[in-house]
Amino acid sequence: MSELPKARIATASLAGCFGCHMAILDIDERLIELMQLVDVDRSPLTDKKRFTTRCDIGIIEGGCCNEENVHVLYDFRRNCDVLIALGQCAIMGGLPAMRNAIMHSDAPLRECLEEAYITGKYIRNTTHNVPNDPALPLLLDEVYPCSEVVEIDYQIPGCAPSGDIIFDTLAKLLTGKFRGFEREMIKFD
Amino acid sequence: MDNGQACTNGLSSTACDVSAVPGEEIAAICKAFGNDKHRMLDILRTVQDRYHCISPSTMDRVATETGLSRIQVEGVASFYSFLSLSPKGRITIRLCDDIVDRYAGLAEVTAAFEQVLGIRVGETSPDRAFSLEYTPCIGMCDQAPAAMINDVVLTRLTADTARAAAEALKAGLTPEHLVSERFSDLTPHERANRMVDNNVRHAGEVLLGPVPEDAGLNKAAAMMPAQIVTAIEDSGLRGCGGAGFTTGRKWRFAAGERAERRFILCNADEGEPGTFKDRVLLSERPHLLIEGMTIAARAVGASEGILYLRGEYVYLRELVEQVLEERRRRGLLGKDILGVRGFDFDIRLQLGAGAYICGEEGALISSCEGLPGEPKTRPPFPVNRGYLGHPTVVNNVETFCHAARILDRGAGWFHAMGTEGSHGTKLFSICGDCLNPGIYELPYGHSVREILEMAGGQDAAAVQVGGPSGAMIARDSFHRKLTFDDLATGGAIIVFNGERNILEIVEYYMSFFVHESCGYCTPCRVGNVFLQKAIGKFRKGLANPEDIEYLKELSGTIIETSRCGLGMTSPNPILTTLKNFPLVYSALTKPNKDGIRDTFDIQSAIDGARKIAKRRSYIFDRDFTQ
Amino acid sequence: MSGTKKETGFTFTIDGIEVTAYAGQTVMEAADEAGVYIPRLCDHEGLRHQGSCRVCTVKAGGRSVAACTQPAAPGQAVENETPHLNKMRRDLVEMLFHEGNHLCPICEASGNCELQAMAYRLDMTETTRFPYLEPCRALDASHPDIALDTNRCISCGRCIRASEDVDGKGVFGYVGRGIHRRVAVNGENLADTDAQVTDHAISSEVCPVGCIIRKRVGFVTPIGEREFDKGLIGHEIEERRK
Repeated sequence: MSELPKARIATASLAGCFGCHMAILDIDERLIELMQLVDVDRSPLTDKKRFTTRCDIGIIEGGCCNEENVHVLYDFRRNCDVLIALGQCAIMGGLPAMRNAIMHSDAPLRECLEEAYITGKYIRNTTHNVPNDPALPLLLDEVYPCSEVVEIDYQIPGCAPSGDIIFDTLAKLLTGKFRGFEREMIKFD
Repeated sequence: MDNGQACTNGLSSTACDVSAVPGEEIAAICKAFGNDKHRMLDILRTVQDRYHCISPSTMDRVATETGLSRIQVEGVASFYSFLSLSPKGRITIRLCDDIVDRYAGLAEVTAAFEQVLGIRVGETSPDRAFSLEYTPCIGMCDQAPAAMINDVVLTRLTADTARAAAEALKAGLTPEHLVSERFSDLTPHERANRMVDNNVRHAGEVLLGPVPEDAGLNKAAAMMPAQIVTAIEDSGLRGCGGAGFTTGRKWRFAAGERAERRFILCNADEGEPGTFKDRVLLSERPHLLIEGMTIAARAVGASEGILYLRGEYVYLRELVEQVLEERRRRGLLGKDILGVRGFDFDIRLQLGAGAYICGEEGALISSCEGLPGEPKTRPPFPVNRGYLGHPTVVNNVETFCHAARILDRGAGWFHAMGTEGSHGTKLFSICGDCLNPGIYELPYGHSVREILEMAGGQDAAAVQVGGPSGAMIARDSFHRKLTFDDLATGGAIIVFNGERNILEIVEYYMSFFVHESCGYCTPCRVGNVFLQKAIGKFRKGLANPEDIEYLKELSGTIIETSRCGLGMTSPNPILTTLKNFPLVYSALTKPNKDGIRDTFDIQSAIDGARKIAKRRSYIFDRDFTQ
Repeated sequence: MSGTKKETGFTFTIDGIEVTAYAGQTVMEAADEAGVYIPRLCDHEGLRHQGSCRVCTVKAGGRSVAACTQPAAPGQAVENETPHLNKMRRDLVEMLFHEGNHLCPICEASGNCELQAMAYRLDMTETTRFPYLEPCRALDASHPDIALDTNRCISCGRCIRASEDVDGKGVFGYVGRGIHRRVAVNGENLADTDAQVTDHAISSEVCPVGCIIRKRVGFVTPIGEREFDKGLIGHEIEERRK
């Protein structure tokens, strides 16, 4: 395996809980095997904030809930040959997308923010303001699965996906042997 | 965001004023229908007509009186478009929203009503005087735009006549007054003819030419039932509603079942957009229709019949009731018809309440049984176990009329007309971009081009044959013939000239199917919504070439897995235009170069947040300044 | 419809496997007995057949039919596990996912959910082309022992039939039409009905998803021991053949 040129991988966490990135670490000792196949470029794991080179594979955790998520996802799509949606949030919006189904009023986003920061029963916000620092990215009207914003080539299901399915899928993709998942590995939770 | 599902909390927040309707009045209505749960549609229609709303307490009371549960009553009340769980105005104006009406000036008509009544489509005025609604094709495409004002039909509306009608109503005149100042003095026939033109453009030999009174029935009365069935079989008559099942075989199956009771049902639920032939037969040849039903009863041994009249044709109710009454008086319905011992048959009129699906024979039976209009599982077929489990023949209006004529003139006479496999004549209802819209009775086998010439539709660029569930064809197919083996149709021929937008028509037809799907099975309920959204993508110019394949695949799944004919044909507007107008689609697609989805619009996605935060985007607004 | 005429058995084939059926049996009933699994969601043992989810679509005599309502016919060759049929079934399951709000990660039915398990069995893992409808649906927690999260309802109607036919109650029913058709309760809310947590309709086996929730017993089974952690949906039927 090691005589193959190493593939370049990038990862990002958008509107997710970082659980899928932690799940990458669940690959455990096989990480060593994986690292023989890949170099990690832009990623929270390397703390590289920019692409230093075009990558073979981009791995996305989380869907898009704000403009920065979209910006990062565009960047990944433009700089990666293959894009993988990792976990349910990237695949279908996940828990953040719960706000989509409750947002059918005339001013859904405002209602959502007010409930979260001001009017909610258990809110202790003495400022009675919705945070609005200029550095905060603007929220989107709803939470989008990655595939509604860019083309996604593969998805790895799970919340979070198991270390096994992540390793298995990456190893097969890197060696051109991916033909779908073992059914026993498919989990949406 | 239109996701096809309004936000409801499942509670009756919009229900009408509960105290307004005394329970005894509801009980009296139920009693008038024998407290019979199978007459639920009649009960609820009466409640709706009288109180303009079906409230939770009303449903409770109806349930008690008919021995059902409230949820069963609610299931019916919430299914039909003309029944309402929220309060409606004393006068409901239903503007026909068919594509033909849109092209004939519906927008101006709508604007006139909205302006005068001070409400928008979908709203009810605060004083509960008026409700304004859109409704799918009401069968008046030859005189569009049209509208129903309660039970009254207005046709050939313009902005001016619409405004005049709205003002008259607002001044307190009744809908009937809009038709005639002396409406109450008119006979049912006169009333119908004042409201609606029949537009018979070409009378054929069988139905719309001279028809001797009850000649077929007189002959049938002297025949053995089996001989009648044989005559119908020999004639080659096939169902005229669209599916084209051999009528004689249907009758033979029903006659062959061992049963105590059998039923003859007439399908006058003519809902396929662009079809209005049954409307014309009901007003021009009502006796011939009842004669045909009576012959069918004789043939299969049925003594009970139901004529299911679509709710949109309520203006014909009196006319049909009068014909039934007259025939009862003359001994042509009732006991010992024409003096033949044991030849007993009578018919009740069942009015629908706004549901296209009830034209499907299983759904029609469900509706007659007082249930939501959902198709039934097949087998068993209606001829084996239909209405209330009894063998039932369901035929179209035109089919029964043909049957009566066949008995009079003989199977050979009918068989000789038309083409091999498509015998006799057919009523075509032609509308859209042609000079002479109306009814043409012609033998099977004419080409589309010939028909277009007759109707003055030579400018046609596209013709929808058989309504939305049929096929949209282009000029290169106008040589094709109107037969069961080539271009089958229940009668609708809708002409579109070169200025019409094919995809606009397709999108309308998909919205029609979404509106009219009963929702019983997954592919039709959900799949059609997806198709409608996909067509919207093409219309906005946001589709990729792969989306064409997506349309085909999704259509394939819907057609193959749907439970009834609605889902099996609902993708046809898309599939037939993809086939016959491929450039319309490909011209609107553009390949995706960079993997970024055109359908996602970042500007509209952040617009709400921009307004709330009162600042611009530091990423996506070029003129961003802190 | 006579279960008594066991002597009048006949055979037909499903994917080439010979199956014995008796007069009045449906294709699915005969298949179940023979240990051939045909995917299904709205059909459930002991309840009337409805034929609404269409996931059990098979090819019989060249036509696509619902195996749960289609009478078995002697000598017929039925197709079940074909790539074409499974693709359509996957489309149908995906339609159900997109029609409601199905958030497996927070659903207490996860691991015991037949919709989810069907997605696993049918390999629903590719990027979707269907839009999410994201309806706004009700949560009814009025009843002391039962809650309804209709976001997860797939309109299979199993609760309706169980309540009517087994419990003799009629707690549930369908209302509305088309995409607005949904399961509703016989009253203002669930507390307004005579539903009890001991009803068959409320039992965990009847609701295939996480819509009908028995309060205070959520997440009792640890991950790894839940119904479909043990095997693919249908494995119990398939094991009858081995």
